[in-house]
Amino acid sequence: MTANGIFQIVFYFAVLILLVKPLGTFMAHVFQREKTFLDPVLGPVERFIYRLARINPNEEYNWKENALAMLLFNFAGLLVVYALQRLQQFLPFNPQRMSAVSSDSAFNTAVSFASNTNWQGYGGETTMSYFTQMTGLTVQNFVSAATGLALLALIIRGFARHSMETLGNFWVDLTRSTLYILLPLSFVLALVLVSQGVVQTLSPYISVPLLEQMEHGAQGDTTDAKITEQRIAVGPAASQVAIKQLGTNGGGFFNVNSAHPFENPTPLSDFLEMLSILLIAAALCYTYGYMVKDTRQGWTILAVMMIIFVALLAISAWSEQAGNPAFTKMGIDQTASSFQPGGNMEGKEVRFGIPNSVLWETATTAASNGSVNSMHDSYTPLGGLVALVMMHLGEVIFGGVGSGLYGMLVFVVVAVFVAGLLVGRTPEYLGHKIETYEMKMASLLILIMPITVLVLTAIAVMTDAGRSTIFNPGVHGFSEVLYLFSSQGNNNGSAFAGIGANTPFYNITGGIAMIIGRYWLAVPTLALAGSLAQKKFVPPSEGTLPTHTPLFIFWLIAVVVIVGALNFLPALALGPIVEHLMMH
Amino acid sequence: MVLKHLRIAIVSLILFTVITGMIYPLAVTGIAQLIFPGKANGSLIKQNGKVVGSSLIGQSFSNPEYFWGRLSATAPYAYNAAASSGSNYGPLNPALFDAVKQRIQALKKADPQNAKSIPVDLVTASASGLDPHISIAAALYQLPRVARLRGLKEEQVRTLIDQCTDGRQLSFLGEPGVNVLKLNLALDELKPLALSSPFPTSPEK
Repeated sequence: MTANGIFQIVFYFAVLILLVKPLGTFMAHVFQREKTFLDPVLGPVERFIYRLARINPNEEYNWKENALAMLLFNFAGLLVVYALQRLQQFLPFNPQRMSAVSSDSAFNTAVSFASNTNWQGYGGETTMSYFTQMTGLTVQNFVSAATGLALLALIIRGFARHSMETLGNFWVDLTRSTLYILLPLSFVLALVLVSQGVVQTLSPYISVPLLEQMEHGAQGDTTDAKITEQRIAVGPAASQVAIKQLGTNGGGFFNVNSAHPFENPTPLSDFLEMLSILLIAAALCYTYGYMVKDTRQGWTILAVMMIIFVALLAISAWSEQAGNPAFTKMGIDQTASSFQPGGNMEGKEVRFGIPNSVLWETATTAASNGSVNSMHDSYTPLGGLVALVMMHLGEVIFGGVGSGLYGMLVFVVVAVFVAGLLVGRTPEYLGHKIETYEMKMASLLILIMPITVLVLTAIAVMTDAGRSTIFNPGVHGFSEVLYLFSSQGNNNGSAFAGIGANTPFYNITGGIAMIIGRYWLAVPTLALAGSLAQKKFVPPSEGTLPTHTPLFIFWLIAVVVIVGALNFLPALALGPIVEHLMMH
Repeated sequence: MVLKHLRIAIVSLILFTVITGMIYPLAVTGIAQLIFPGKANGSLIKQNGKVVGSSLIGQSFSNPEYFWGRLSATAPYAYNAAASSGSNYGPLNPALFDAVKQRIQALKKADPQNAKSIPVDLVTASASGLDPHISIAAALYQLPRVARLRGLKEEQVRTLIDQCTDGRQLSFLGEPGVNVLKLNLALDELKPLALSSPFPTSPEK
C-alpha cells in the first residue's frame, strides 16, 4: 500500500478517537436526562411525544417490563414495514409504479430493518417506492438503532446500579436516542452528503442520451434493439444514507449500496460515511465509562476493539493490495502508484481504491453496519475472511449501536469469570458478584449465535433449495452461504452478494436467523443486567481483578478471539482458508 | 401492562414515522433542492442547454476512438443506471478470468502496437457497474490509441485527461480518477467523431 493509503487510514482513526470523548459525554447526558444544548429545540418535541403516547418519563421499569416494551415496539414496526411493502402500489410517492413485494421477501425485509440488520434480498431502485423507502425503511433505520441505544442505556444502568429493581424507562431512552442523537447527526450528515452529489429528490428516474449507442448488452443478452438512452435511478437517498451509516443499519437506497456513485460520490463522502459507521459505537464506550463513573472501564473496552480491528484491517489491506496472482500471470499491472490504485480491483471503485475499500469492509463488518462500498464477494480469500471473522466474533468489535457494546459487556463478564476461576476467587465486576445466573445468561448469549449460523448453513448446503442459488463455483460457493447466515445471524446485513438470496428458502431461514440474532440475544442481556442491578455493592478487595489494566485488555482480547475461533475455525477452513491455499 | 405498552408502541411508532419518515426526509429534500439543486438532482451535465449525461454515472464505450471505462456487470446491458450491480465473481471464478481475458483481447485488438502492461482497473468490473472513473494509468494506456485514431496530438489529449481528472480531495483523500464520460465529451468537442468509424461498436462480441 502507498504511503498516502496508510496516511488515510491513520487519519481516519485520529478523527474517530478525537470524537469519542465529546460525543460519548453528550450521549451520557442524553441517557441520564441531563441538560444538552439541543433542549430548546427538541425539548418541546420530546414532551409532545410523551404527552400524546401517554409515556410517564419519571416511571421506571424492571428488566422484564422493558423487554416487553421493546418487543411490542419492534413487532409493531415489523408489521408496518411488511404492510407498506405489500400495499405500496396503492400508496403515494411511487413515480416508478413499483408493484407489491412478494410475501417472503417482504417478511425478510421487515425483520431485517426492524432488527437493525438491513440485509437486503431486493434491489432498492428496482423494488421499493419512495414512500416505502421513507416511511418504512428510513423510519426503521432510526428506531431500530434507537432500540439498540435504549437497550444499552438500560443495560449500562444494570452495571452501574446496586440493590435496585429497575433499569429505567425504555420509552424515554428510545425517544431521547432518536431525537437527540440520531436525528441531528443524520440531518447534518445528509446535507453534507448532498453537497458531494448524493441525490435527494422525489422526482421520477431521469433519462439521458448515451454518447455512444449500444448495439446490445455487453453481457450477451438477446435484445436486438439499439439502446440510445440511459435511465438513471434517483430518489430521496441522502436522508436515508445518513441514518443507515450512523445507526449501523446499512440498508442501501440502491442495490449496490454505498458503492453507487449517487450514494457515495466522492472520497470525502466516503470518509464521512465510514466515520459514521464507527462513530456512535466507539463513543458509546466512553458513555459507558461515564455512566459507571469510571471512564477507564470505557477506554479499556475501546482499546480491545481497536486492537482487534487494526489487526484484521492489516490482513485485509495486505491481501487486497497484493491482488490476484492470476491477473499478474495475464500481464496485468496491479502495482499501486500515484497513477493507479492497483491491487484486486474487481468489485471496487476507482475513487476509493484499495485503502478506502478495505477500511470500509473492516468497519462495516466490525460494526454490524453491513453497508458496502465494494463487493465483498470479489475479495481475495483472506480479504473476505476478515469480513467473516469480524461477524463471527459476535459483532462485538464496535458492533451495532448499543448492541455491540452490550455484547462486549457479556464477554467482559465471561472474562472476569474465567479469570476468577483460574485464581480461585469469587469473580466480581464493578462491585457486582458474578454468580450462576449471570453465567447462565452469558453462556446462552455466546452459544446461540454460532448454533444459529452453523445449523442454518448446514441445512442450506444439504438442501437443493439452499444450493440452487449459489452463484460462484467451488469452495467460494460455500463461503457465500456461510457469509449469508453469519451476516443475518449477527444482524450485520452485508453479503457475498452473488448468491441469489431472494428466494422463499433464504428469505424465511434468514428472517429466522435475524430474529434470533437480535431478540434472543437482547432479552437475556437485559435479564443479566436486571440481575446485576439487584445485587448489593461489594467493595473491591485485594483479590479483585482490576478491569482497566493492559493485562485485562490482553485477557479480554484472548477470550473474544478464542471463543470466536473455537466456534468458527472449522467452517472457515472449509471456505476462505481452502480457497487461499488454492489461489497460491 | 401489555395493553398499556402496546398503546404506547403504536402511538409512538406513528409519531416517529411522522418525524423521521416524513418531516426529516422532506426537510432534507427541501433544503437540498434549495441549496444544492444540481447535486440533489443527479449532477447532470448540460451542453447547449441539453442534458448529455451525469458526471457521476459512467456510460459504456467500445468505439476505439473513445476512452473506455471500467467493465460493468449490470443487467441486461452494461452501465444500466436503473439496476446497479457488481459482477460478484469470486477471485477464482473461471467466469472472472474469461471477462478479464476478453477485455485484454479487445484492448489489444483496438491497439496492437501497445505493449505496455494493462492497469488492473481497466480489465475488472466496478462495484456499482456505474463507476464514472478510470485510473490515470488506465487513461494513459489508452492515450496513444485515441490520439492516433482521432488524428490528434498526444499532448492535446493529455491536456484533456488532466482537465477531466478528479484529484484526491484535500489532496490526500481517495484515489485520483479520470471521468470517462467528461473526457469523451471533451474529445468530441475538440474534434467530432468520424461518422464512418469502421469499428464494430462492441468488442465483447
